[in-house]
Amino acid sequence: MTDLARPPARAIDPATVPGWGVDADRRNDPTYPMRHREEGGRPMDWERPPLQDPQVEVLCSIEHNRLPAVVGTSTPPRGLSGAIRRAAFAYSESDWRHWLMLLGADRVNMVEGLAEDLARGHIPDIPGEMGLRAEWRHNRTGLVRKAAVAVAVVSVAALLWPRAERGRSRHARRLHH
Amino acid sequence: MLAADYRGPYRVRAAQKPEPVILHPRDAIVRVTRSCICGSDLHLYHGLMPDTRIGMTFGHEFCGIVEEVGPAVENLRPGDHVLVPFNIACGQCHFCRQGLFGNCHESNAQATAVGAIFGYSHTAGGYDGGQAQYVRVPYADVGPTLIPDWMDPDDAVLLTDVVPTGYQAAEMGGIQTGDTVVVFGAGPVGIMAARCAWLFGAGRVIVIDEIEYRLDFARRYCPAEVYNFREIDDMAVFIKKQTDSLGADVCIDAVGGDATGNALHTLFGVKLKLEAGSAIPLHWAINSVKKGGIVSIVGVYGPTGNMVPIGNVLNKGITVRANQASVKRLLPRLIEHVREGRIDPKALITHRMSLEDVSDGYRIFSGKLDDCIKPVLYPNGI
Repeated sequence: MTDLARPPARAIDPATVPGWGVDADRRNDPTYPMRHREEGGRPMDWERPPLQDPQVEVLCSIEHNRLPAVVGTSTPPRGLSGAIRRAAFAYSESDWRHWLMLLGADRVNMVEGLAEDLARGHIPDIPGEMGLRAEWRHNRTGLVRKAAVAVAVVSVAALLWPRAERGRSRHARRLHH
Repeated sequence: MLAADYRGPYRVRAAQKPEPVILHPRDAIVRVTRSCICGSDLHLYHGLMPDTRIGMTFGHEFCGIVEEVGPAVENLRPGDHVLVPFNIACGQCHFCRQGLFGNCHESNAQATAVGAIFGYSHTAGGYDGGQAQYVRVPYADVGPTLIPDWMDPDDAVLLTDVVPTGYQAAEMGGIQTGDTVVVFGAGPVGIMAARCAWLFGAGRVIVIDEIEYRLDFARRYCPAEVYNFREIDDMAVFIKKQTDSLGADVCIDAVGGDATGNALHTLFGVKLKLEAGSAIPLHWAINSVKKGGIVSIVGVYGPTGNMVPIGNVLNKGITVRANQASVKRLLPRLIEHVREGRIDPKALITHRMSLEDVSDGYRIFSGKLDDCIKPVLYPNGI
């Protein structure tokens, strides 16, 4: 399909495209839609919607001067990941620590999720959750290749690990003597 | 109720959860009839978006039947079939009053840099999304829009994000009649951006991707000239050759942080997460657009930083325009385009599946398996 040798000619006649130019607007300048400023500058005193009672813990960016009128209540912070998230919100959105701590909390939360499943007596169907059935159906070769690479990496690591351990032990004995 | 349940990177399952309830006078509860998996959901699925918590339900592209409304909602009634914009917007703050419904100041406690979005991590407000049988819709008197009788709900569900985002990408390009427009990314949004570029009078539309079946779809649907970047040595040189050495008038980044095409960006942005995703399409856009041109960004990146040639933005006098789509502002015009047959949204849908198959849906979309362009879930039955 790709023809890299094609000269820079117009391959498609715009006139043949349904609706061509119906929204053309010479006034669509690069400041749109910010130019729609209202009279009276930048008021923070709009009539606020009724305020939602959060009912659950909602972390709030320190760049806000007040909680927004409505808030999401999905999955409040809990456990170790929750503690990391609370600590992250001590920093602004402009501070990389804020985001890196949240990413770290996400990974801790993943382990917490596994533990939670097991504590409930539910063994997660991880291949099923990863959609491997669909991968097997539509990309069998690719799945086998990925599995082979994973097995190879684990095997090499398993082979190298005891050698590294033996090397460390010898080094420790030499230091001891 | 049954709902999608995020369990960690590359893991989503369908699970039983409590049904949502009215928490605010302007809330509604909607029984979801259709809910798409979006390319942006893949950033969550791949673990790229900070504060994506285990147990959250994704889904910001959905439509459904109103089940219940709060006492302050007067424009909707139970039984109404509505499409729900992905932005949660109050309609009365400083930003909503400017038509910036994607930047509402009264809906996202966790961040000021992004407005609230259904089912899109706590960084986007911490609201459960529409990949569920029922969903809580805040500010139901602002966003939800009645689906016209003549409109196929399969078209309507794509008006919640894909179509307006693609349209706004073209609009932000400030396209003038005869302009050459390059769209990076042949996913649903890139395809729609290319389609809409013609509506603004583009003279030439070029789409760049690496997936042949998607390029083929874009070539026929948009229509557009399509190129596979795997067959291109240097993107900037290639686009210059295509444009008499000047560069494109407008470049659109419709990919975002999951992009492939550069090993360094993939390593730092995707694998090590030292960048907010791989920014190679933005890099290409900046270096391929002409001096004084416009780069329009609708691809989603994380909130930290990216390595892009910002010096070239200055030296070339480039205008960068970007935002989450202001769906509510755009809907009247887009509904007209669908009615007039200028846009055919449902043609993008390649996979229809039940919510029980959500794990497979994410895998198929993420892996670009089975020639997938757009998967749609039907949480209450197909």
